[in-house]
Amino acid sequence: MPLLRKGAEANLYLEDWHGYKVVKKRRVCKTYRLKVLDVKLRSYRTIHEAQIVHEAKRSGVPTPTIYLVDPKEYTIIMEYVPGKRLKEALEEASSDSRDRLCQISGSQIAMLHQQNIIHGDLTTSNMILTDEDKIFFIDFGLSYYSIELEDFGVDLHLMKRALNSTHYLHADRCFEHVVQGYSRIVGGKRTKDVVQKIREIERRGRYFAGR
Amino acid sequence: MSKPILCLGIESTAHTFGASLVSSDGRILSDVKDTYVPAVGKGIHPREAAQHHSQVCANIIHKSFIEAGKRPHHIDAVSLSLGPGLGPALRTGATVARGIAAILNKPLIPVHHGIGHIEIAALTTGLKDPLVLLVSGGHTAIAACAKKKWRIFGETQDITIGNLFDMFSRAAKLPSPGGPNVEKYAQKGSKYVDLPYTVKGNDVSYSGLLTASKKKLEENVAIEDICFSLQEVAFSMLTEATERSLAHTEKKELLLTGGVAANTRLQKMMRIIAEEHNAKFSVVDPKYSGDCGAQIAWTGILGYRSGVRIEVEKSFVKPRWRLDEVEVPWRK
Repeated sequence: MPLLRKGAEANLYLEDWHGYKVVKKRRVCKTYRLKVLDVKLRSYRTIHEAQIVHEAKRSGVPTPTIYLVDPKEYTIIMEYVPGKRLKEALEEASSDSRDRLCQISGSQIAMLHQQNIIHGDLTTSNMILTDEDKIFFIDFGLSYYSIELEDFGVDLHLMKRALNSTHYLHADRCFEHVVQGYSRIVGGKRTKDVVQKIREIERRGRYFAGR
Repeated sequence: MSKPILCLGIESTAHTFGASLVSSDGRILSDVKDTYVPAVGKGIHPREAAQHHSQVCANIIHKSFIEAGKRPHHIDAVSLSLGPGLGPALRTGATVARGIAAILNKPLIPVHHGIGHIEIAALTTGLKDPLVLLVSGGHTAIAACAKKKWRIFGETQDITIGNLFDMFSRAAKLPSPGGPNVEKYAQKGSKYVDLPYTVKGNDVSYSGLLTASKKKLEENVAIEDICFSLQEVAFSMLTEATERSLAHTEKKELLLTGGVAANTRLQKMMRIIAEEHNAKFSVVDPKYSGDCGAQIAWTGILGYRSGVRIEVEKSFVKPRWRLDEVEVPWRK
C-alpha cells in the first residue's frame, strides 16, 4: 500500500477499500516516549479525532467522511480528499484569491467554534483546497469541545502563528482576512472579544514587546 | 585571506556573567564566566544578580584576554547581549561593554541572547540551515530561518522549560540550577505518575504541569519518580511539537541548543525523531550550552561582518526582545 504522507504522528496510506478510494491514517508508535504515555495518547486521539471529524460536519465545515475506526490498531479509515494543502495553495495564489481563501478558512473556523469545537492544530498544512474550491479541514487529533473564550483565542492564535512562520510575506494581511471571515459568521462584537483574547494570550508568552 | 577579526563578547542576561574572545575564523580563544547561585529554595533575584556581575566583571574580562593571549588593542569589536533578560543584570553587562567600546573606540554590536545560543551551536556543529529547538531558562521555542529572520513555529505559551525545572526544584528544595538536579533524580526514578500533557498545535504549556508536579511533592510521592515523570512529560510534549514542525518545514537538519540541551534524555528523544524524518541531528557542544560569552562574541562577529552596529547612546537594553523580531542579515 502506497504511503501518501508521513506526518509527525501518523502515516497516511492511500488504499482501495471495498471500491472506495480511502486514506488509512495509522497513528504509529513513538519510541521516544514512555509506552504508557504513547498508548494513552494514541488511543485517545484516534477515537477522539473520528468523533470530532464527524461532529464537525454539523457545523457545515467540509471534513473527510469516516468509514471505520479501529482503536486497537490506532487506525482511522476515511474518505480520500484530492486537492492541495492550503500551505502550497496560498503561496501560489494571486493576492485576491489569497484573501478569499483566508476569509473562507476564517469563516470555517468560526463555524466550528459556533459548535464549540476547537480544532487545536490550525495550520495551513491541515487544510485541503479541492478542485471544487472547497476547503476541507483535517487532522482533528488535538481537537476538543469548549465554550471558553480562552480556547477560541488559542485556536486563532495558532492559526496566526502558522501564517507568521510559514507565510511570513503576507502573514498580516492573511490573518486580517481570516479575522474578517471569522466575523462574518459570529459577528463583530464576538470577533472583537476573541481578538482581544489572542492579544492576552500573546502577552502571557515570553517576551511580548507590547507588554 | 584578510586578517581575522577579533570580537570581545559580554554576556549578562541572567545569572551568568561571561566574557569571551572569538576570532572570525571560528576559533573560540577564551570563554570565561562566573555564575551567581541563589540560596536553596530561592530564585534569581535581579538586583543580586546585577551585584554579582558588577563584582566579577573586571576579573572575568581580564581573564578572557589572558587566556586568549591577547591585549585590548587587538580586538576589532565589542558585542553585548542586549536582551532578553533581567533588566538590572543586562544593564550591568551593557555598561561594561559600552565603556570598553568607547575607550577602545571600537564598534558596539548588539546581540540577541537567544540567537547567540543558536549561532554558537551552528558554529560548533556545522549545521547550515536547521530547524532549531532552543531550550533554556529564557526560551522554549522551535524556530527556523527564512528571509533573514528566525520564524517561530512553536513555543511555550507560558513558562519556559528552564523555569519549569527551576521552579519545581525550588519547591522540592533542590539546589539551583534546577535542570541538572531534576535530571539526576529522574535517572533514579522509574515509576510513572500521571501528569498533565498539554500540547496546543506546535505550542506547549507548562504551568499546569508545574502545579501538578508540586502537588505530587505534597502527596509524598518519591522525588525520583516525580522528576522522572516530569521530565518524560515535559520532553515528550516538546518532542511532539518539534516533530510536527520538522514534518511541516521539511528541514533536513535538527539542532538542539540552550542550557537544557545538555539533558541526555532530551537529546535521546530528539535523535529519534530526527532519524525518523531523515534529518541530521546535532547538539550544541556542552561547553557552550549554558549562557556564555562565546555565544555573544561569535554572533557579534557575524553581525560585525554584516554591518550590524549600535551607537553607544542608543544601546538601551531590551529585556523583552523577541527572537523573531531580529534581522539576521548573515543568514538567508
